[in-house]
Amino acid sequence: MTSFDAIVIGAGHNGLVAAATLAKAGRKVLVLEAGSEVGGAARTEEFAPGFRASSIAHLLNRLHPDVVKTLELEKHGLQFARADFMPSVALSKDGPALMLHGAYGEVLTSASSSEQSAWKDLRAQLLRYAGILKPFLSRRPPDLAGMSLMETAGLGQTALALKKLGKEDMRDFLRVLLMNVADLLDEQLEDIRLKGLLAFDATLGSHLGPRSPTSLLGLYYRLAGETGGAAGAQVLPQGGMGAVVAAIRAAAEKAGVTIRTSVTAAKIIVEQGRAVGVALDTGEELRARTVVSAINPAITLLHLVGPREIDTGFVRKVRNIRMKGDAAKLHLALDRPPQFTGADAAAHKGRLVIAPSPDHVERAFNPCKYGEFSPEPVMEITLPSLADPSLAPDGACVLSAVVQYAPYALKEGWVAGKPKFLEAIMARLEAYAPGIGKSIVHAELLTPADIEARYRMPGGHWHHGELQADQMLISRPVSGWSGYDTPLEGLFLAGAGSHPGGGVSGAPGLNAARRIIAMRG
Amino acid sequence: MAQATRKRPVAKTEDAAVSARIAAQSHFRILRLGTPFQPRLDALAKTQDWYNWAGYRAPHSLWDEELEYFAIRSQAALFDISPMTKYRIEGPDAEAFLDRVTLRDVTKLRPGRVHYTAWCDDEGFVLDDGTLFRLSPTRFRLCSQERHLPWLLDSAIGFDVVVKEETEAVAGLALQGPTSFAVLRDAGFAGVEKLKIFDLADFPHDGGTVTISRTGFTGDLGYELFVPSAKALSLWDRLMTAGELRGIRAIGYTALNRARLEAGLIVANGDFTTAEHAIRADRLRRPDEIGLGFMIDPEKAHFNGRRAILQARARRKLRHVLVGLEVEGNIPAEHAIVYHKKHQEVGLVSAAMWSPMAKRNIAIASLARPYGDTVVEDLWVEIYAMRELQYQKLMKRAKVVARPFIKLDRRIANPPADF
Repeated sequence: MTSFDAIVIGAGHNGLVAAATLAKAGRKVLVLEAGSEVGGAARTEEFAPGFRASSIAHLLNRLHPDVVKTLELEKHGLQFARADFMPSVALSKDGPALMLHGAYGEVLTSASSSEQSAWKDLRAQLLRYAGILKPFLSRRPPDLAGMSLMETAGLGQTALALKKLGKEDMRDFLRVLLMNVADLLDEQLEDIRLKGLLAFDATLGSHLGPRSPTSLLGLYYRLAGETGGAAGAQVLPQGGMGAVVAAIRAAAEKAGVTIRTSVTAAKIIVEQGRAVGVALDTGEELRARTVVSAINPAITLLHLVGPREIDTGFVRKVRNIRMKGDAAKLHLALDRPPQFTGADAAAHKGRLVIAPSPDHVERAFNPCKYGEFSPEPVMEITLPSLADPSLAPDGACVLSAVVQYAPYALKEGWVAGKPKFLEAIMARLEAYAPGIGKSIVHAELLTPADIEARYRMPGGHWHHGELQADQMLISRPVSGWSGYDTPLEGLFLAGAGSHPGGGVSGAPGLNAARRIIAMRG
Repeated sequence: MAQATRKRPVAKTEDAAVSARIAAQSHFRILRLGTPFQPRLDALAKTQDWYNWAGYRAPHSLWDEELEYFAIRSQAALFDISPMTKYRIEGPDAEAFLDRVTLRDVTKLRPGRVHYTAWCDDEGFVLDDGTLFRLSPTRFRLCSQERHLPWLLDSAIGFDVVVKEETEAVAGLALQGPTSFAVLRDAGFAGVEKLKIFDLADFPHDGGTVTISRTGFTGDLGYELFVPSAKALSLWDRLMTAGELRGIRAIGYTALNRARLEAGLIVANGDFTTAEHAIRADRLRRPDEIGLGFMIDPEKAHFNGRRAILQARARRKLRHVLVGLEVEGNIPAEHAIVYHKKHQEVGLVSAAMWSPMAKRNIAIASLARPYGDTVVEDLWVEIYAMRELQYQKLMKRAKVVARPFIKLDRRIANPPADF
């Protein structure tokens, strides 16, 4: 039997990035994937005969440049040019859509000239501030218990970057840091279509409304991402998200990583406080010096390791990680491309957002606090087959949408609630793209409960832990253990549940692998 | 109007719920609870010298501190330990659960045995010490100073075990002293002579059972008895009647506290601050810092604090040490500062007395390492003796000595001696 230096549990994109990075540093690495395919929630899947869509993540806007560089992903076919950047489109029921072109609205069209100049200022400010936080993405959160020289120097650089902003700007950065997005938008913008879009982006994937304190952080998180060297830029990868994972997989395999699919890790074997291997549900035991879990942190620690091998206080912290998702995923197989009101052909190839105003997003959020879905949900829509005809039969069209708010713990339960929620979504779509209902060949709605079951994401939460101020940075996944290592020697966490969080970035996987290499694990 | 009419019934149910809740929480009407033995204690309490033990009214002394102490050493002393926090821990995983929560190896604790143990938080800081009674293969009783139910319940996640607080339901008595065995035998507890130190067994009492263990907090021959609260008074009377000619006396905590100090035993929140009570970061103590390092078994299954404790050992991060001191002279050095070379502060005495049994001036002190650990020479204590409204400062030489300060053969003699 071949022996491995490291076993990575979970072949989501972070697991693959961690595995490839470790393999490139000379480790013999085995990746275990419970599903029949790699990629986790970043796959391209057929949801109706001839129709394929990116499973959960459908837009690439934050694949970390260090991941691209380390894994030489460009050599494996992952390259994006400025021409690939997708616009964002704030749809309007009864007027022209507002469009942000280039990398998150370098050019704004269909807005008044005063709004254009206000947006130019706000965009510059948001990117400047997101830029302060950006270096944290590719670093281990500072270790308060014992900071290394490197870490101290890193924090010093952040302090320097803050100082470089100048006195006024630095004060403003600190003033707005934990603000809610709606108040900031009201300070600086007029156009409710633009404000609605930004309010939506700030709260996408979190249990926050635009008027919830700290909701601005979500927008910073988004803008700290970059594509093709441009902050805030987004692309639809050709072939769907599965193509991105395929490139990462190719890099991993070229580096010598062994990948086994359809094998379920049942247990992390612990001896004398040290993780020494993984037991599969078949009873097979695999041993390695290092075990890397790129799946959910709570499942890893409470189920694969189990409470018996960890301390009570740690169990408490892990159980208290909030991870109840509010986002549903909709896939529609359409017999012809839909026509959204006020949107031209270029807009249809963009990211189409239905979030007419911050108030509308807030109202959509309100019921979800009480276990009810939004009667008028907000959503971002892509029509990937327009740019990539391979995803749908000739003349037909794929619609992929992320829809909020769909609380994981729906009071009436999702069996009863799902058809009603689909109806509510379709009513919104019909209002913005009249006639779309008649073109549906097949509809697949994944509620957070479905996402949980299908992609092994507890709570159906794509961040594997709510991404809010109290669960970020040094508190992610739990305070005291934010640096990818765990109380068990030899066990590391490398998934979205770790810093910096979810989205197809590869950053948790890369940071974890770097940590393991630094510890000579 | 319509709204108001609709609201009324809601308000009514809320009122009912609130009053029901208030009725269920009448605890504040009696600020210090009586124990199941209170009628007997009240009748004997000539000094009316009470203190608050975990919310219960407990006696410092009942009639005379000195004579109560000597009842422990030369007769039989009866001490009400009902306020001690007691947890019933039962289930197929009870052993594994306790092995994870507490320091010592519970798999080595046989049914019918008791051991002294302690438990720690994640950082390896001591939450409390206590005694663990193994009543059956799957049933335990954990006794301690502080309350720990939330900690124990959260620790039970992933274990098939039920944890229940039974402090109120179970009354406890400590019967300590040279004639204690004879008292029990005369009271008719047949077979009690078979109990070796740290053994326990059930005995019939008043239509129920009493659990008697050969344990105690005095370093003397002695037993502890646990009985359902309803049978508490009949047990008290049974012992008092049987012990009349063997000098049985009810005692308060002051006397017991002296006996335990002679025995070198420590008291949580007396000799060290428990982790959940400590406010200042430097008051937290790892087992190695309060003389409980012997409990740690790196070879046993995982236990709370293991990683931190072993890491602290490896990195030499143990900053304190708890020692026994023998102080020159005969003035108790209670809460005296300990000095090295008479001028450098190195620690504090937490308990001290003139020991009538050891005929020595003894103390327990916490020192900052290396003092008390590798540096044990030239240690002094500064005693402030109050002499008619003036402190007389005494600088007395202190010597680090082994605990216990006294060793009584009768404590472990088998069969127990009949005095």
